[in-house]
Order: sequence, then C-alpha cells, then structure tokens
Amino acid sequence: MTTTPEDNGPPPEVSDAEIAAMHDDPRFVELKRTLFRFTVPVLLAALAWYLVYVLLSAYARDFMGIVLFGNINLGLILGLSQFAVTFYVTWAYNRFTARKFDQQSAALRDDIMNGGAK
Amino acid sequence: MNTLAQEMSDSDRILTISLFMVMVLVTILITIQGGRKTSTATDFHSGGRGFSAWQNGFAVAGDYVSAASFLGIAGTIALYGYDGFLYSIGFLVAWLVALLLVAESLRNSGRFTVADALSYRMKQRPVRTAAAVSTLSISIFYLLAQMVGTGALVTLLLGIKEGETFLGMDAGAAKVVGIVVTGLLMVAYVAFGGMKGTTWVQIFQACVKIGLAFVLAILVLVHYNFNLSSLLGDAASVSGQGAAFLEPGLRYGTEVAGDSLQTLWNKLDLISLGLALVLGTAGLPHVLIRFYTTPDGKTARKSVNWAIGLIGMFYLLTLVLGFGAAAMVGKEAIIAENPAGNSAAPQLSQVIGENIAGSTGGAIMLALIASAAFAAILSVVAGLIIACSSSLAHDLYNGVFKHGKASGKQEVVFAKFAAVGVGAIAVVIAVFAQDLNVAFLVALAFAVAASANLPTLLFSLFWKRFNTAGAVAGIYGGLISSIGLVIFSPTFSGTETSLLGEGVDIAWFPLSNPGLVSIPLGLICAVVGTLMSSESNPDRFASMQVRAFTGAGAERASVH
Repeated sequence: MTTTPEDNGPPPEVSDAEIAAMHDDPRFVELKRTLFRFTVPVLLAALAWYLVYVLLSAYARDFMGIVLFGNINLGLILGLSQFAVTFYVTWAYNRFTARKFDQQSAALRDDIMNGGAK
Repeated sequence: MNTLAQEMSDSDRILTISLFMVMVLVTILITIQGGRKTSTATDFHSGGRGFSAWQNGFAVAGDYVSAASFLGIAGTIALYGYDGFLYSIGFLVAWLVALLLVAESLRNSGRFTVADALSYRMKQRPVRTAAAVSTLSISIFYLLAQMVGTGALVTLLLGIKEGETFLGMDAGAAKVVGIVVTGLLMVAYVAFGGMKGTTWVQIFQACVKIGLAFVLAILVLVHYNFNLSSLLGDAASVSGQGAAFLEPGLRYGTEVAGDSLQTLWNKLDLISLGLALVLGTAGLPHVLIRFYTTPDGKTARKSVNWAIGLIGMFYLLTLVLGFGAAAMVGKEAIIAENPAGNSAAPQLSQVIGENIAGSTGGAIMLALIASAAFAAILSVVAGLIIACSSSLAHDLYNGVFKHGKASGKQEVVFAKFAAVGVGAIAVVIAVFAQDLNVAFLVALAFAVAASANLPTLLFSLFWKRFNTAGAVAGIYGGLISSIGLVIFSPTFSGTETSLLGEGVDIAWFPLSNPGLVSIPLGLICAVVGTLMSSESNPDRFASMQVRAFTGAGAERASVH
C-alpha cells in the first residue's frame, strides 16, 4: 500500500530558516547568476524572433510571399524557423543544465539537507 | 463528392462507434489500474509524483493537444492556408517560457496547485482565493469550449446530418448524448483514477492521437512522393486563391479594402492573439499542475523537453494534414460538411483510405481519425476537470475555509465530489450553449492565463519586493481586464457572428483578443499593487528562491 512521507506541510528534514540561509551564500549567488545569464537573454531573443515573425505576418505580406523555390515561400521558411529555434533552445538548455547547473544545484541541496539534518 | 454524410452508412458509423467503445474501454481499464493506489492527497492531486520525464512529457502533450488544435488548426489551414500555421507556432514557442522560467521552479516550490507557488511567501487566504478564482475561470472557459465542441464533433464524426437519424437519434439528440457521455467519462477518469489514472489515460491518448496524425501525414506525403512543394502547389491551385493561399492574411489580420481603420484593428488583433498564445501556455493551470507529478524539478524540466518534441512534431504534422486536406478534399467539400473546417482532417482520412482500399479503406481511416479526435477531447477535458477539482479542494476548501487544517483524506473526498460537481455543471451549460459560437473561449482562456497568472507567477519567483497586495491586484486586474474587454468586443456583440448576435451592440473595444491591452494591464496592476503596500518578507523570498533553484525541501514522491 501507499505510504506518503508527509501529507500536509513541507517535508520535515530541513527548516525554512536553514533553506533561506543559503540565499546569501556566494555559491548560490553564482548559481543564480549562471542560470539567469543563460535563460534571460536566450528567452528574450527567442520571444523577440517570434514577435518579429508575427509583425512580418501582419505588416510585411509581400515580403513573406517571396518565393524561394517551387512553391516554398519565405513565410513558410520563417514559420518553420520558429520550430527550429524552439527545438534548438530546448536542446541548448538541456546541454547547459547538464554542464553548468544540475551538479552545482544538487551540491547546494545536499549541503542544505546535510547541514539541516539533526 | 467527399461529404461525409452522403457516403456514411450505418455500418460505417457502427465501425466508428465500435472504435470509440474500444478506446473508452481501454481508458477505463487504465483508470481502474492507475487509480487502485490513489489514497492520499499527493496521489490524488499529483499522481504520487512518480512519473518519469517521458511519461509526464507524453501526458503533457495529451493534456495540451486538444481537439481544437487537432481538428481546428488542420481545418483553418485547409480553408485559409498559411494563417492556420500562425496559431500552431504561438502554441509551440510558448513552451520555451514554461521550460526556461517556470517548470523546474514551480515543481520545487509548490505542492499541488498553482496557488501553492503563488501564495508561498504571501498571506495565504487572499492570494489562494485569487489564484483559485483565476484557475477556475481559465479551466472552465477552456472546458466549456471543449464540451460545446464535443457535441458538434461527435455528430460530425458520426456523419449525422440535420434530418437524419442514427440508432433513433437525430443530430440534436446525438449532440446532447455526445456531451453527456464525454462528461460522464471525464468525471469517471478523475474521480476514480485521480491524477495517476488521468496521467496514464493522457499518455495513452497522446500516443493514439499523435500516432494516427503521423500515419495520416505520411500517407499524404507518400501520395505526393514526399514533395512538399508540389503538395503546397496543389493546395494553392485547388483553393482558388493561388499564391495568396500560401501567404499570411486570409484569416487573421485581414486587410479590408477602403477601411484602413478596420484593417488596423484586424492587424492589432493578430498581434494581440500572438501575444496571448505565446505568454498564455506557461500560465495554464491544467498544464502547470502536471509538473507536480514528477519526482523532482530536474525531471519536470526534462519532461518539458519531451513535450516540446511531441507537440512540435504534432504541429508539423497538422501542417501537412491541413494543406493535404486543402489539396485532396477541397474547400467546398469541407465547408459543405462543416463551415468552420473542423471536418477537414476526418474528410482527408476518408479520401486517403479510399485511395488505398476503396470505400472500406475510407471507412476504416475515418473511424481511426475520429477516435483520435475523440481521444483528444477526453484527455484534455479530464486534465481540466482535475485542475478545477484540485484547486477547489486544496485551495478553497482546505486552504481558505479550513485554514489548511483539513486532513489529506478529507481533501481527496472533497476533490472527488468537486470533480462530479464541475463535470455536471459543465455538461448542463454545454447542452444549453451548444448552438452558440464559443470558439473564442479558448483564446480567452489563454489571455487570462497570460494576463493574470504568468506575471504574478514570475514576480513571485523573481521579484523580492513582490507581496500580497501585488499578487492579488495582478491576478484580479489581469482576469477582470481580459474578461471585461472580451465582453465589450465584437466577439460578444454587434456583429452577425457575435455570441449575442447583431441585435445587441455594446462593442466599443475593437479587438477580439484582449491580450495586447490586458497583459500590460495585469503587469501594471501587479507592480502598482506591490508598491502601494509596505509588506515584504525577504526571508520567505530567500527560502522560495533557494527551493526553486536547488530543490531543497521540495515535496518528494510517494514511497511505494
């Protein structure tokens, strides 16, 4: 049968104050900085590219209609590029977290949990 | 001609119904199997938090790819060409916001609902109430759109036309039966299976709908020797629009000759829609609570990778299906069947099946695609019901009325009754609203999610000064402005296609999509509300951020 560690309230091993104490630790500050340095510019760039695409669809229809080859026009290619960008960012973020985030974040977590366990 | 009803005999319908039944039976077995171990609140709301990245990724895809995107986007492409594509792009790019900012942090800092994360460092009752109100509004708008669509879809998929009967049902009766059966099924999934049963149902249904869309798209491409260019060329020439069919502008942001003001509004409306789509997904409660079903934040994030892959592939397939239907079925035959184009994909499957194996082949392919569409309805609707019942039970009943003192067992019992109640209300409203044009409710749900939920969610994770007043003002500000603007928009009154028809005209807001105004308004309300209150809780902010980025102290999976 099911046994759930704790049904109400947060898991017990570590107190809120012990978790909060990590916030000013230079390693946590560095972890946040590393994370934001990746996510903020990448997300802003991807959303900007999406916005450009929507604006082109609204205001630059002749441009979107330029035929590149056969029946494939620029609009279709730019639309597909949105898929490509989304897939690429997903892949890049996965690589970033594997290389620069997960280990550091897990180390800090272990630190908090070990320091907190009485 | 390829209209469904003319060719659809009772034996074809029985084939379709049989496939529906098989699918329903399989999902009920899955629910019973999955629900056996549902006893605690963690099991009911979050499926025991034991789902792996691929499992949750498939379930998210099952939750997200609705019949509206399955049939609606293919249909819009079939009728209007390029513009259907715009919709699917917004739906996909939106996932980057969920991936980069929300998934992992939300999983690490909340327990069961969106309100958990939002109210973490705030005064519990006002913020929980506000978050529950927005969760319920979004989910119920979305739910009604799905339920009303269900009735029409079932009659469409069974090919019952006005004046015809099948098993003694005319089209009107079949619609009601479709809505009621869907309502009963989704309540059964949620009440008996909880999140665990629902998740497995969604995984199964994601495989069904994406798999069948894949097969159908491949068959279309085989027909064109994998030459996309000649498929597009055929679609453009059959449509009668020529090259314009492959360019933006036939459906959204249309240019009205001689009316530059209306042209301006139409284009702003397109931008407004685009914003709501891209910012709404990461605020949809029924999608967000899926992240709690994984064991930790890292798995939640990795499940988004799966979801993006599946959803992106699916939208690429709809592109092929839409242009395939435009080329092989043709606009006139589609409109004769369903003016909104929802029948494009089923009609395409019938044509393809006939090309391969005559009328039997057509009937089999049609039945398969019809069941895929039915799967899409059931899994999305079940996800919405669980979001509503979790929020009612965990946020309002326990959090607000019982001050968090109700036991897990009481919460689960309440949640099950809430699921039945919400399901019953949705069925009744959907039956009465079945002839209204409610397609706008999906766009409204996205607009509310983008205006009320996303800004407050991001502020609570990233802005130290953010506080109770800001969260409450942001949520209600975004919610009220989105709904209010839609009430005063042409969607609601003043034109032939409005909800209230042409007779009533209170439409002073020119855009059908409120996002362009309501998203900034929601943001401003959150900022102004914050600055007007002196409350601040730096310690709780510190612990929330540490939890969000390290997963320390996060809720764990059930031990079995």
